[in-house]
Amino acid sequence: MDMNQYIDVFIDESKENLQSMNDLLLELEKSPTDLDIVGEIFRAAHTLKGMSATMGFQDLANLTHKMENVLDGVRNQQIVVTSDILDVVFESVDDLEAMIQDIASGGNGKRDVSLVVHKLQDIEEGRYIANNSQNEVAAATQVHTKVENSFKRLDEFELSVLEESREQGYQNLYVYVQLRNDCLLKAARVYMVFDVLEQIGEIIKSNPSVEALEEEQFDYEFTVLLVTKETPEDVKQRILKVSEIDKVEVEIFNQDSFSKQKEEQFNPKEPSSSSGKDKESTEKSSTQKSQTTGKTIRVNIDRLDVLMNLFEELVIDRGRLEQISNELEHQGLHETVERMSRISGDLQSIILNMRMVPVDQVFNRFPRMVRQLAKDLHKQVNLEISGAETELDRTVIDEIGDPLVHLIRNALDHGIELPEERSRKGKLEEGMLSLRAYHSGNHVFIEIEDDGAGINREKVVQKAIHNGLVSKEQAQSLSDSQINELIMESGFSTAEKISDVSGRGVGLDVVKNTIESLGGSIFIESKLDKGSLFSIQLPLTLSIISVMLVEIQEEKFAIPLSSIIETAIVKKEEIMSAHHKKVIDFRGKVVPLVFLKDVFDIPTGDSEDSFFSIVIVRKGDKMAGLVVDSLIGQQEIVLKSLGNYLTNVFAISGATILGDGQVALIIDSNALIK
Amino acid sequence: MAESIAQDLKVIVFRLKDEEYGVPVQQVGSIERMQHITRVPNTPEFVKGVINLRGVVTPILDLRKRFGIENVDYTESTRIIIVYVDDIEVGLIVDAANDVIDIPTDAIEPAPEVVGTIDDDYIHGVAKLDKRLLVLLDLKNTLSHGEVKEIKTMEGSREQ
Repeated sequence: MDMNQYIDVFIDESKENLQSMNDLLLELEKSPTDLDIVGEIFRAAHTLKGMSATMGFQDLANLTHKMENVLDGVRNQQIVVTSDILDVVFESVDDLEAMIQDIASGGNGKRDVSLVVHKLQDIEEGRYIANNSQNEVAAATQVHTKVENSFKRLDEFELSVLEESREQGYQNLYVYVQLRNDCLLKAARVYMVFDVLEQIGEIIKSNPSVEALEEEQFDYEFTVLLVTKETPEDVKQRILKVSEIDKVEVEIFNQDSFSKQKEEQFNPKEPSSSSGKDKESTEKSSTQKSQTTGKTIRVNIDRLDVLMNLFEELVIDRGRLEQISNELEHQGLHETVERMSRISGDLQSIILNMRMVPVDQVFNRFPRMVRQLAKDLHKQVNLEISGAETELDRTVIDEIGDPLVHLIRNALDHGIELPEERSRKGKLEEGMLSLRAYHSGNHVFIEIEDDGAGINREKVVQKAIHNGLVSKEQAQSLSDSQINELIMESGFSTAEKISDVSGRGVGLDVVKNTIESLGGSIFIESKLDKGSLFSIQLPLTLSIISVMLVEIQEEKFAIPLSSIIETAIVKKEEIMSAHHKKVIDFRGKVVPLVFLKDVFDIPTGDSEDSFFSIVIVRKGDKMAGLVVDSLIGQQEIVLKSLGNYLTNVFAISGATILGDGQVALIIDSNALIK
Repeated sequence: MAESIAQDLKVIVFRLKDEEYGVPVQQVGSIERMQHITRVPNTPEFVKGVINLRGVVTPILDLRKRFGIENVDYTESTRIIIVYVDDIEVGLIVDAANDVIDIPTDAIEPAPEVVGTIDDDYIHGVAKLDKRLLVLLDLKNTLSHGEVKEIKTMEGSREQ
């Protein structure tokens, strides 16, 4: 069967399941006795197993299966949750993630997982825990517990059917069938077995459920409750006639002991088995289904982009229509166009909203990462996350992950000190790392704050001098925030030694570049021994920004409002010269002027005005005045990229399409301020 | 690329100065009339700027400039051929574009040592059809030579 059409859905859902497993495992670590959490994890694992088996990723299914066994042991209170055991489970989740990743990038999801499988096996078989007696119980009642486990959840109706049939002289048989490992068409074999059984009796229940069996969502074994008049041995022989069957066990099903055993289950002290493999009940799969089918659909982001593009064209045409209707002064046309404008405005906000996703999608991988990092670095860290529901444009979400990972690694590696050091400094041994997201105005802020060592001014200065970024004299006069900016220069690392965690690969300069390419900015606040705060400011959406449209000769440019302080018109005489540079006195500050027509080589006319229109922009605490011919006005524009051919054009960050259908370039004022 | 000339090749024919060129039809998105081009400063001279191509901002290259042929004013017959190469979409300004033809494989010869003023890199082959001579362009090299290559390596070196 061609599974390619399902692969995207499979990958998406697998990632979701892995994520929820990660989250829940972290929760479980905090409250190891909460069996509800175990149940949830189990469900996620089970779904993953079923899906991967269906998709034919056997390695994936096998590993999940092993993991499930361990979780089952936990659920049945045979395995006590410890940090060590969770480490192994986490490890296997990592492997699963790697496999999914492999599949996502076109691989076949194969991976050598023998080590972790071995560890899981050890846990499952109790070699990780002291209490062996429980395992003996489990081993002794192996076959019997299979029955118990398989049909733990017979409902009253099923029980009464069994009861009734026994009274009428039928036998209730428990049939356990194991297919051969190399069986190719599992579903077909199941069908053949069912066919045989239905000729001689009636199937009351199967485990896994019939649907799951049809969809091949099982390993190589299944169990069936059969009502028949045949003897167990006859039934067995009949089933063995079907090819590719490895093993068949048929025994009389005793529902008296079943009901009794069922009661016992309410007593959590009672050990039950760890060998139950396919604990799938119809009840469970139905809850799963209700979880996944919410009132949402998945839409490929590309389609939304297409929709957005089409819509933008509509907006451009709308502009033209408005213009035409103004010229024609036709009442009816006027009203219709107005109405259309209103509706398309609403549409626009809906389309934009569709692209918004909670930042949670990025944040949710951090608890796990922090846990692992803290362990590796022998540090104690308490991660606090707030504002995970804050929504951001999808494209921003996709890009922001790596910079955040980098900053968090930095905070853990360089920021938060070792416990001993912390207590020496009079701080709590457990470090605090706080990750926040919130809306403010037209921006989203993401902040990473730690109470660690902070930035060592002296070290940074020395390194900067050493790297030739600043001179000794300059270094004296640098403000704290300027120092902090320095660490984001390229090739700048104060790490004395390269560790596994940081100090290699990308530096903070890449973080900064990524954020700036998203139209955002990053600020650092830091106090020595008190901690650091990295604050990232991001635009709500990448697609629509507010700009000031300006004109230079015949050419129109857009300057993002976010970097504009204000606009001014100054007389020619007010322009001063300082060291061959034109400057103006702007509210007591000397602001250098940038003549855009020079920067952009715009062919100029002869006449020169006696007034200059100036847009004052800022980058951090530096300012510059961009000299233009005229200011057209403020406008919301749809941001477009210049395409893959024109990348890295100096001082141009993108383009937009104006109401008249022409393209205007967006000025990256950050590039114009040194 | 080599495989595509194994069978008959359908090409869009365009004219530059007094020579005819061909690009594989698969790589051509559309042929547009001249329209307003927004200049993009600080780009190579042959980059004329960008246009609004049905909502997509598309860079436009002047092929005459690219190949070092002298400039002429744009006329009624001047066209922009929108081409796709890998993930790059650009428009090429040509003197005229008005023909689509099939070229049999055996009519294609490897690029001769010297063809006009054009660097061999851009040329994929030459097709001889009766008395017509068609220069088959290798678009990848037409685009990637110079600017794109430069940028790609810049990015590459930063990643390391």
